[in-house]
Amino acid sequence: MRIPILRLGEILLAPIQSDITDEQAMQLQAEILKLLEITTARGVVLDISALDVVDSYMARILTDTARMARLMGGEVVISGMNPTVAIALIEMGRELINVATALNLEQAVDALKARLSSFDDHDGIATGRSVSHGG
Amino acid sequence: MAADDIRLAIGIRVADDIVRARQAGRDAARTLGFSLTDQTRLATAISEITRNALHYGGGGQCEIKGGQVAGERLIDVVVTDAGPGIPDVAKAMTPGFSTGNSLGMGLSGASKLVDSLSVDTRPGMTQVAMRMHRRVVG
Repeated sequence: MRIPILRLGEILLAPIQSDITDEQAMQLQAEILKLLEITTARGVVLDISALDVVDSYMARILTDTARMARLMGGEVVISGMNPTVAIALIEMGRELINVATALNLEQAVDALKARLSSFDDHDGIATGRSVSHGG
Repeated sequence: MAADDIRLAIGIRVADDIVRARQAGRDAARTLGFSLTDQTRLATAISEITRNALHYGGGGQCEIKGGQVAGERLIDVVVTDAGPGIPDVAKAMTPGFSTGNSLGMGLSGASKLVDSLSVDTRPGMTQVAMRMHRRVVG
């Protein structure tokens, strides 16, 4: 099963629709970074509302993906974390450090759009990027 | 009801089996009436431990047993592998400790999600036993 990545202007939407394997998570990471390279997209929303388990491995992949995208000049927002997933992550001592988060897909898209247009106001040079850093 | 209302075993040979094991754990916890948060805690702990069994132990087995005994709902998960064993369990239980590719959170993370976690390990066999129990209310 391939995770669909949709395009909405300068934003890529990756709704993870079911529990995924380690390999699928790695594949998604690679595809997101590739699309940031070859398309004009600059922002990515990773919607994890359908994920009912985020273990330390998945947390690491999500964090890494956001950091890698930022390194390339893009921005990732992770949206829709299930409350029980947030509880389990914090109890385990894990967080998504320096990753922008949003309560849902809509808020993530709004935050990214605002962020991307604020970059444009500064001649496209990104400084001190943060949307609403979770954790 | 007896302590083994639920009894199942999942072979851990490929990464897909990690997903199967954690989903089976969640289903078992749900069937036994554990809360949504406990279902996620258990599924997450199973995910951590079965991944260790696959990556460090070369694969193994995840057994899930559960039921209701003396006013408590109880679930036991035992993950066994035939790998090289964990040389220093105390160290492996330290948060953030890792011997491989970011997998070190496994044991310490899982132990915080369940009520008890014990490790029996030697060269050729590692067994991690986890238990979650809740008093049945009403």
